[in-house]
Amino acid sequence: MKVYDLAHARAGDKGNTSNISVIAYNDDAWALLLEKLTAERVLKAYTNVAKGPVTRYELPKLKALNFVIENALGGGVTVSLALDMHGKSLSYLMLDVDL
Amino acid sequence: MNSNKKNIRVGTGAGFSDDRIEPAADLALNGNLDYLVFECLAERTIARENLTKLKNPELGYTPYLIERFEAVLPACIKNNIRIVTNMGAANPVGAAKAIRRIAQDMGYGNLPIAVVNGDDVTEIIRNNPQLPLMENSEPVEAIIPHMASANVYLGADVIRDGLNTGAPIVITGRVADPSLFLGTMLHGLNWSYDDYPKLAIGTTAGHLMECAAQVTGGCFIDPGKKDCLDPVNIGFPFADISQDGSLTIGKLDNSGGRLDVMTCKEQILYEMHDPKNYITPDCILDISDIEFHQEALNRVKVTGSKARPRTTTYKVVVGYHDGYIGEGEVGYAGPNALARAKLAEQIVRDRLKSRGFSYPEIRVDYIGISSLHGAGVDRPEPYEVRMRFSARSSNRKAALAVGFEVRTLHVNGPSGGGGGSNSIREVLAVKSILIPRHMVKPFVTIEGNL
Repeated sequence: MKVYDLAHARAGDKGNTSNISVIAYNDDAWALLLEKLTAERVLKAYTNVAKGPVTRYELPKLKALNFVIENALGGGVTVSLALDMHGKSLSYLMLDVDL
Repeated sequence: MNSNKKNIRVGTGAGFSDDRIEPAADLALNGNLDYLVFECLAERTIARENLTKLKNPELGYTPYLIERFEAVLPACIKNNIRIVTNMGAANPVGAAKAIRRIAQDMGYGNLPIAVVNGDDVTEIIRNNPQLPLMENSEPVEAIIPHMASANVYLGADVIRDGLNTGAPIVITGRVADPSLFLGTMLHGLNWSYDDYPKLAIGTTAGHLMECAAQVTGGCFIDPGKKDCLDPVNIGFPFADISQDGSLTIGKLDNSGGRLDVMTCKEQILYEMHDPKNYITPDCILDISDIEFHQEALNRVKVTGSKARPRTTTYKVVVGYHDGYIGEGEVGYAGPNALARAKLAEQIVRDRLKSRGFSYPEIRVDYIGISSLHGAGVDRPEPYEVRMRFSARSSNRKAALAVGFEVRTLHVNGPSGGGGGSNSIREVLAVKSILIPRHMVKPFVTIEGNL
């Protein structure tokens, strides 16, 4: 099962850090994400993009996780050599994670 | 001259410098607004506009200023809607003069405009080279010779002060995005700047609205999975805020897009790190217990945000020249496309090397395979692939050579390379500093006569 089946997501940027929200569609999905979508799992998924570290914040009232992924944006939006300098597309790398 | 209303409605007119124009006009005309707020500054915009101002001292404000004001001025004047915007960028006074010229041309005569000054702290930074950078704790001294801008993120109090002058329009340079919105509430609802439960509500409203369509269906649609009606005509949001601190986000019923609990959840976490510690110039926002409730179609009630007292510092963004980025692209399709693209990369690398150029950082993308999510394993080889070669250098000639050597592939490279492009750009990098509040003295001036 992919995160895509359980949640929706959005990526944001600040400097060289990307944050990716993962918002569960329902209670069952939330329980599964809490258990399986750990910071370690996310760092592994982003290994070709980011150095990390990754911090996970939990928002039970929103049934949402917020991942803060450091050293993810090629040195920062303003200096990055990447095509997607803001890392807007990185939410779909999260949604593609197989749990 | 605070107003002292029980309820106000604040709309978003733009969420970034290149945002669409029409939704603001729709809100001004049909939204029953009290305030219309345009947020148009990205991190490096002011640095870029400082360069524009060096060439022409009348410019240095955000590029679409004229178009935006032409689109909303008639409805805002007719409906008595106050406009707040950071479109002043590097030249808020110049922006005010430009708006006054448009207003004159449109037949509105002498339109007074309040200008917020004092966000430009270039001289303060120059005189305090010991201040540490937030990114690496090193003193700012090393980048001062290359500095193109240094601006503090001012808070909502200066917006309130601008509105208190009675001028229908308040124009600023750097002000924190949510503060532009919170300032209208300090003014309109007569909130105290030390009433933190209210600052929490207003900052939450500002954060949800500062990116305009990102809360009303923009940046959200995934066909068949997360759909929305009429994505062509996505409307921009407004907020209904009461004096006692209730908040409902809305959008016009005849506009496209969607506004619901899902879009609000995505936007409240946008660019958020620790949900308990979102620092603005006005407060430290805590959204860890926030809740959204769909009150009606296109109406979401927001509760549960909290705030702690603001910090003793302002954040400064320093923009500085940091060399050049050169890049070039070329496409291949059909049998063996990826192998031809890879050979093209190797040829460019070797030719640059044999010309004597070296680079601190080179990045090669295979668009269609690895340009957005990096080189994953087991990616299927696509029918078409586009090789993109980019590199940075402090030497303009070295950066130019990158695009040049990609361009020469058309005749001197692998078979069937087409659709090439190349470019060079000057890098305006940014770094951040925290400075004590007492060093900054914002003040409001008026262009025209009240």
